[in-house]
Amino acid sequence: MELETLLQYKWGIMIPEFIILGVATILSLIDLFMPSEKDRRLLGWFAFAGVMVALISLVGLLPVEVTSILEDTFRLDSFAKAFKFILLAGAALVILLAMDYQPAEGIRYRGEFYYLFLTALLGAMMMASSGDLITLFVGLELLSISSYILVGLRKKHVRSNESAMKYVINGGISTAITLFGMSYVFGLTGTTNLKDIAGRLSAIIDMGQQYLLALALLMLFVGLSFKLASAPFHMWAPDVYQGAPTPVTAFLSVVSKTAGFVIVLRLMIYMFSGTPAEGTNSSSMLLSMQDYIAFLAGATMIIGNTIALKQRNVKRMLAYSSIAHAGYLLVGFVTMSMFIVDSIWFYLVAYLLMNLGAFAILQVMTDKSDSEDISQFAGLYHRSPLVAVAMGIFILSLAGIPGTAGFIGKVNIFLGAFVTEPAHYVLAAVMIATTVISYVYYFGILTQMFFRPAVEQTPMKLPLGVMIVVIFCAIGTIVFGIIPSIAYDFLNQFEHFGDFFS
Amino acid sequence: MNEMYFLSLLVFSPLLGIIALAFVPKTQEQMIKLIGFLATLPSLFFALLAFVQYLSGYDISSLQEKRSWIHFGKFTFLNKNTFTVDYELGIDGFALVMIVLTTILATFAAVASIHIKKEWKGYFMLFLLLEIGMLGVFAAENLVLFFIFFEITLIPMFFLIGKWGYFERERAAYSYLIYNGIGSAVLLLVILILLARTGTSNIALLKEIFNDPAAQAQMMAPISEDLRYGLLIALLVAFGVKLPIVPLHSWMLRVHVQAPPSIVMLHSGVLLKIGAFGLIRFGLGLFPEEFRNLATFIAILGVVNLLYGAFLAFIQNDFKMVLAYSSISHMGIVLIGLGALNEAGIQGAIFQVVSHGLISALLFFLVGVLYERVNTTMIDKLGGLAKAMPLTAGFLLAGAMASLGLPGMSGFVSEFTAFLGLFAVNPVIAAIGALGIIMTAVYLLRAVLTVTYGNANRDYAGVMDIRFIEALPVWLLVALIVLIGVYPNILAEPLQATLETIMNGLGG
Repeated sequence: MELETLLQYKWGIMIPEFIILGVATILSLIDLFMPSEKDRRLLGWFAFAGVMVALISLVGLLPVEVTSILEDTFRLDSFAKAFKFILLAGAALVILLAMDYQPAEGIRYRGEFYYLFLTALLGAMMMASSGDLITLFVGLELLSISSYILVGLRKKHVRSNESAMKYVINGGISTAITLFGMSYVFGLTGTTNLKDIAGRLSAIIDMGQQYLLALALLMLFVGLSFKLASAPFHMWAPDVYQGAPTPVTAFLSVVSKTAGFVIVLRLMIYMFSGTPAEGTNSSSMLLSMQDYIAFLAGATMIIGNTIALKQRNVKRMLAYSSIAHAGYLLVGFVTMSMFIVDSIWFYLVAYLLMNLGAFAILQVMTDKSDSEDISQFAGLYHRSPLVAVAMGIFILSLAGIPGTAGFIGKVNIFLGAFVTEPAHYVLAAVMIATTVISYVYYFGILTQMFFRPAVEQTPMKLPLGVMIVVIFCAIGTIVFGIIPSIAYDFLNQFEHFGDFFS
Repeated sequence: MNEMYFLSLLVFSPLLGIIALAFVPKTQEQMIKLIGFLATLPSLFFALLAFVQYLSGYDISSLQEKRSWIHFGKFTFLNKNTFTVDYELGIDGFALVMIVLTTILATFAAVASIHIKKEWKGYFMLFLLLEIGMLGVFAAENLVLFFIFFEITLIPMFFLIGKWGYFERERAAYSYLIYNGIGSAVLLLVILILLARTGTSNIALLKEIFNDPAAQAQMMAPISEDLRYGLLIALLVAFGVKLPIVPLHSWMLRVHVQAPPSIVMLHSGVLLKIGAFGLIRFGLGLFPEEFRNLATFIAILGVVNLLYGAFLAFIQNDFKMVLAYSSISHMGIVLIGLGALNEAGIQGAIFQVVSHGLISALLFFLVGVLYERVNTTMIDKLGGLAKAMPLTAGFLLAGAMASLGLPGMSGFVSEFTAFLGLFAVNPVIAAIGALGIIMTAVYLLRAVLTVTYGNANRDYAGVMDIRFIEALPVWLLVALIVLIGVYPNILAEPLQATLETIMNGLGG
């Protein structure tokens, strides 16, 4: 490639990514040359500011038409824009949490904390924008590898090490499966460009090749389910969530999961929605594989919600709850209705708010004692009524009670399930039944907070960063629950992602 | 009155009290109780105002409010109103009657809340939130809004039972949560299927669509005949949990026994009635044809409820349990009236809803008064109460008489009309059901007479009779019960229009 062509690209559409990359690089350099005894809090604010600037630059990019650069490997369409908002907002909040993270034994590698979050974020953003299997995979690996290190950041902590190990091994296996699936696609089409792939796949009418493609689809989905923390690759979540530093857990459950859904939507819809199956009988490979994915979604919801019932460790409980939510989100995906992207986007926003809020409070509650037992929450209402009310809001939203963002998110997913013909009654029934089951463990936390006497009487103080996160998330959860049209109006400017295929 | 905001004001005025309470220090017991009580008054005032105006011929439909709220997916290829859920409030005669009932009982329950012993601030905040939910349920014009208000009652109730209840309160709260959670879940499915398939959740619009084949052809996806039956049965289950219909009732017994009496007043007086309200408004309103085919089944369910409740009430030792089973039994009469599916039957059902709301609130108010003084509600530990607390004993007797259907009191009118309806359609089932009426007299008299005139098993020295501030709501409740008993038109008139609409839906 000549320099001239290189310069002709509209690099402007990559500004948010460049900002994140630049900040991450500068941070790593500063961290290297900074005396080790110096407080690294400032670096956190710098990272936070970087993410905020990237967010603002993304707002500036909103009116930009669909553009793709670097031979169609990087594309900025409305789908990428919409989901990058979630990724950036999630990362910003997580960095705030990381600044106030004070584990019992102290943390030596605070600088790494911030720039690894940024590189992971960069990977996720590349995934949102990629138009090619190669960039997509590189983004995925950048996210994964940064996450592996982050999980094991508490170097002297046994559980942290254990979970990092488990995360790497599981991640490795799932990546291999994903790649294997991609290799089938590459073998059948001879290209890695998504647009070309879609074009060539739609011409395949040979039953034998379609069989291979169906296999590839399933392998891709199974491999990617690692990032979603959904069945069959959900087993890592409880151990890793429990052992990882809390801000990292929050990151995995929100940003990493969002990235997972981004890539699933992008790959599956792009490559397989126009591919014929069963000769030429069925118009879409994706629709013909619907039942398999629906089964996985159902299994995810059931596994997540029923095993969560038995947990006394709140972090572990939230891990299973996170699996369950991945299942709900998959219902939004698998019904393939006209609400598919809208409902997943809204639910991810709601999930970001309620889950990060819950993790923020959990982090402060468990920092000091290093115990995550549910009894830590006993009598929180008497110690700090406002914190208890905020936690109550997050829990109610996770349970999907009206008046919160979680409810509207669920309603939209259900609408998607019922609007298609034939409607997905079974899947919807599983979702609603498991939601009722989830009341039991969610309300268990409420019972501890409001009904039980307090063990400790001292009021709980929230550090500044955590306080910002809690207030932001609580307000957001309520506002999106009562006036969801704010979010939907924002979403409407993308016109249902009509430029997805262009 | 300002018609634009009237209903919103009516529904959300308890919010003022919640905000005011937030600024009161939590140790100011008297202040908090006063604010809690005062905050129920604006709604009561608005409700009575609307009721009086309506009786003098005011057109209630002009109170309708509509503001755009949520729009799921603005698709260009769809009508711009498809998948919109607006903030729509509006009432008819039936809803108005229910709102009046709710506001009256809420005010009286606030009086009964003087017996609450701890954390008054949290209690009254949740209490007022509960009132908003109950009022909203009756004022909602679309199903999604109805559901949201319906769920708003769920959370405060969970806390009110679990924190301020008696010994096994947490278990009762969980039982309440899970049963009603399942009920709400089923209801949510019905609502969202309707919304997804028709594109609207407005009740009036849905009725129109169901009556108009041309409109059905334009739906997102068809609603088949089987699906309609499925939806109606799902509604029956969802509201059957709330009502409750045997065998979905076990949670309700726990709540009646474990929750504080002031909350049971609202629970038994209003919340259970939401089940009946929903069945009539949605089950009967949206699926009249299918409802007709299930009518006999519903009548049988009603008789089962009536007899099951009555027989079990007979062997209970806890007075609260007697009342709980009595509630089940009396809700059977609602089902019997609905099962008859003629004008008398439906009118009887609605009458029973209102009448039992007043009577059970009265009885549970007295239970609260009683427990406060003698610390038990066990029938074998009470007895001879008439000597120590003559007034209370008298009221108890009056409540029991109303409940067993003594002519001249509201219970008689409603039971009589409901059975009149069923005898016209299905005399055999009605005759079996009539046994329940006799049983009612037996178990109520057994319980109340033992408590008031039986052998005194304990020393009542120092036990005070009902105080003036407590007696006032009781007098008023008794007066209302008698008023409906002697002049049923006070209810029949406002309900006339609603009944006509229902009968039209049924095809005359």
